[in-house]
Amino acid sequence: MSAILEKPGFNPDRKYKIIGTSPVKHDGFDKVTGRAKFAADFFLPGMLIGKFLRSPHPHAFVRKIDVSRAEKLAGVKAVVTRDDFPELKPGTGGGDMSRIAMAREKVYWEGHPVAAVAAVSETIARKALKLIKVDYEVLPHVIDPVAAMAPNAPILHDYLRTKGVKGPDAEKKTNVVERLELSVGDAEEGFKEADVVVEHTYDTKPMHQGYIEPQSSVANVSEDGQVELWCCTQAPWVYRDRLTEILKLDSAKIRIQQSELGGGFGGKTTFYTEPVAILLSKKAKAPVKMTLTRVEVMKATGPVSGTQTRTKMGCKKDGTIVAADSELIFQTGPYTGSAFTNAPQAMFTRYELKNVKTVSYEVVSNRPKVSSFRAPCVPQAVFGVEDVVSELAKKIGMDPIDFRLKNAIKEGHKTIYGETFTKIGFIETLEAAKACDHYKSPVPKGQGRGVACGFWFNRGGETTGTVNLAPDGTVNIILGTADVAGSRMSMSMMAAEEFGIPVDRVRSILADTHSLGYNRVTAGSRTTFSSGMIVVDATRKIIAELTRRAAKIWGVPEDGVIFEDGHCRPASSNVGNFEPLSMKDIASKTTYTMGAISGHSEMNVTGAGPGFGLHIVDVKVDRETGLTQIMRYTVVEDAGKAISPMQVEGQYQGGAVQGIGWALNEEYIYGADGKLQNAGFLDYRMPVASDVPMIDTVIVEVPNPKHPFGLRGVGEVPVTPTMAAVGNAIGECIGIRPRSLPMTPPKVLKLIEEAEAKGLLPKH
Amino acid sequence: MSELRYEAPASLKAAAALLAKEKGLAKILAGGTDVIVQMETDLIEPELLVDIKKIAVLRKITAEKGGFRIGAAVSGMEMMEHAALCKSWPGVLDGVKLIGSIQVKARATVAGNLCNGSPAADSVPPMITAGAVARIVGPKKTREVPVEEIPLSPGKTNLAKGEIIESFFLPKRPKNSGDAYERFTPRTEMDIAVVGVAINLTLDADGVCTAARVCLGAVAPTVIVSKECAAALVGTKVDQAALDKLAAAASAACRPIDDKRGTIEFRTKVAGVLARRVAVKALERARRIA
Repeated sequence: MSAILEKPGFNPDRKYKIIGTSPVKHDGFDKVTGRAKFAADFFLPGMLIGKFLRSPHPHAFVRKIDVSRAEKLAGVKAVVTRDDFPELKPGTGGGDMSRIAMAREKVYWEGHPVAAVAAVSETIARKALKLIKVDYEVLPHVIDPVAAMAPNAPILHDYLRTKGVKGPDAEKKTNVVERLELSVGDAEEGFKEADVVVEHTYDTKPMHQGYIEPQSSVANVSEDGQVELWCCTQAPWVYRDRLTEILKLDSAKIRIQQSELGGGFGGKTTFYTEPVAILLSKKAKAPVKMTLTRVEVMKATGPVSGTQTRTKMGCKKDGTIVAADSELIFQTGPYTGSAFTNAPQAMFTRYELKNVKTVSYEVVSNRPKVSSFRAPCVPQAVFGVEDVVSELAKKIGMDPIDFRLKNAIKEGHKTIYGETFTKIGFIETLEAAKACDHYKSPVPKGQGRGVACGFWFNRGGETTGTVNLAPDGTVNIILGTADVAGSRMSMSMMAAEEFGIPVDRVRSILADTHSLGYNRVTAGSRTTFSSGMIVVDATRKIIAELTRRAAKIWGVPEDGVIFEDGHCRPASSNVGNFEPLSMKDIASKTTYTMGAISGHSEMNVTGAGPGFGLHIVDVKVDRETGLTQIMRYTVVEDAGKAISPMQVEGQYQGGAVQGIGWALNEEYIYGADGKLQNAGFLDYRMPVASDVPMIDTVIVEVPNPKHPFGLRGVGEVPVTPTMAAVGNAIGECIGIRPRSLPMTPPKVLKLIEEAEAKGLLPKH
Repeated sequence: MSELRYEAPASLKAAAALLAKEKGLAKILAGGTDVIVQMETDLIEPELLVDIKKIAVLRKITAEKGGFRIGAAVSGMEMMEHAALCKSWPGVLDGVKLIGSIQVKARATVAGNLCNGSPAADSVPPMITAGAVARIVGPKKTREVPVEEIPLSPGKTNLAKGEIIESFFLPKRPKNSGDAYERFTPRTEMDIAVVGVAINLTLDADGVCTAARVCLGAVAPTVIVSKECAAALVGTKVDQAALDKLAAAASAACRPIDDKRGTIEFRTKVAGVLARRVAVKALERARRIA
């Protein structure tokens, strides 16, 4: 373990020169000029194009696959099916990953890959796909998770038994992967103390991460079995380890280079094209590129879990929440891995609750396997919790932020999942929200205002990195985490701050998997925090080495040298009258001292500071059409310390905009045939720029004492309360709070009619 | 399946001949905002693309008999930049402006919007209410066809093999008349109409509506030209009573389906809402364009 984890040296009085400014990102120029190389921009000489054949059925046995005619087509260089994959046991991690990449016994969703072709052109590859004959035995399918839990539902996996169930049901065939109960205190007893109880049911729909860059990879397998892979990923090392597992490779023989990432949001933490491109390349003895089309991205890459939830909370007349109870059903696609356990851990983690009961279920059905998305599985649960909280406040006549303040957790709170918080900034966030211009302004006539809070754990984990000093005194940083949102720039800024040099003298790059040790996936809002620890640690090692070298050059003891503003100086006039040595002075003479200077660091980083936020939104609803317009939106969130405020704002705004899409229009629409009907941006209605106003931001800074600059992750919190905030605002506007996502015009129009009939519709 | 061929003839005659003799599926390519997308998503596999953008006569907007002749390869943005056209037919331009995005409109054409055969096409209802007539050139003859007669069913038109729309004629704008189009979409742009309503009306000196055409989009297999809606307006001053009657007639005229873009119930109701709003807008324009 590194010293920095024990003594991060956070100094509240330190004055920063670079931290807290927003210089233009070093990778920004290439992105706006189009020079940046995303995965699909990669070409190799002699490269073939690979294409998938996908199942037209949501659920079927795959009896036979005849590829003979495809193989004979001129220009086709390789065809891959299940027979080319090592057989791994179904129901295991590797077995599931292998079967997601290529169907084996069964196809489990419309779009499940059944074969792939590599050919000299895309046209030929597409022609070849039409020549492959697949004999399916079509089975009944089930799309909806609640239907999948019914006793007579089609069973996806004969081997599946519900984890966490005891008694006679434990041995039954089922689509329920797990039943998880997570509770503290005694909810039933707690409710007895309640003066007011509110309970509602909710449903949310799967939404897609919506990254603009489709998955793409180029694999190049040599005759002696060495694999080179270029791809867009948030997790090069995770990909390497999983690929070695399902393809039976040695890690030493596979090298993965991540490209620029054209959006990931959690969706690029798991592979789709990569294992197939590798097998095609191996067979064809040529490099193979596979790029998904938008339809493939929508049909076969991870959306987010849809949910059915019930949430009940009670409070006393003075506003004290006394108990909470929730039941949650998460859809995961055909295989486990939805990260649903985040939900019961995070859903109430803002409030001081002594009595909580949660029961969660993860359910398989015939839809694409879900993938991570900002705060996986948490926003769906918060959609209900923050409605109930606002309704409780309203029922006892309390301001919704005051009600939250009354119940807010602070330092020393022990969470439902066992962590005891050190310094957190929830109260400061709520106070900043109350004080901000948006909340202080009256709600414009005819509009409704909603507020909602969110929480995310923030993560650390295994991270490595290297900082190199060049002879001219400039610095380059080699990072293993992906740059999903500007982390290279943040790392350059942190190193420049430590060295006391301009940030333009620092550049950061993203390593391949051979160049550094293991780096955990870039997810959980861990990267700027974790790689930041690594970079500061490595930078400090270099500074220590620079002072040693200066001492050597001057012939003085090491403690006679100090380092500041990029220079080694004598610690006092007693040391001697030496001219300060710049980083360049020392780095250019390393041949005569002890060789090149670099700093390396590896840690299992701990101490990520939890993040809290509050969103305020004003909406206008067209009472004749049910159309909701977002009029004003403010995100208030604790960043610990914003390294680059502009990038932090971007995270706040991006999270809110993705949440607005999820709230208002995004959903997967299936026909009775189990086929996805809106596999494209035309009918999968993500917001466009003109749909949202400028999102205002308030960056609260309550430093995380475990980081030298005090930073916290900021990427996930801003999506957690968005749908709840928008729902609450619509509820204020029309008199009934929508509880089913997306809150589309037809649904809202029906609620308006209901509100009118019940006399609940507010008068303008 | 043979290789896709691309031709860009310089004359309409050559284009018609290429289309007429092609044995496989041939598609006309103007902006390509429908054809290319359909090819990319495997909905169509044409063997021949005939690009009509190189045919000079199709790229012009010209004044004719006090109205306008718009070439079939004129892009939406070119129409939006034509000041006289915009002034004369604001409702037609309402429809054009709603197609896709600026980038899409820089390529997309009104002829393509029509020939794609979608009942939700935004430029089609206001072209119909404007009384636009298409000039269709075929291998043997040229015919003049009102726009409303061209769509037959979703994806199908009455154009025969080898026929190409050469241009549209938009007549002279009568005095005291105005047109407007609105659609309902959940998003502000890059979306497809859930319901669309176009109205073109003419007033007399006393402000009484003497003529009206009302068209409903996306609520039936083809655009509906509603005589009942028009009757609700004609002879009135387009007052509240007339608007109520119009809204009821519009909802009654709908024959929509439930699909991924909207429900029967919602479309039926919103058709009435939009009809009322569009009539008010057309009325304001009629009063302004004296």
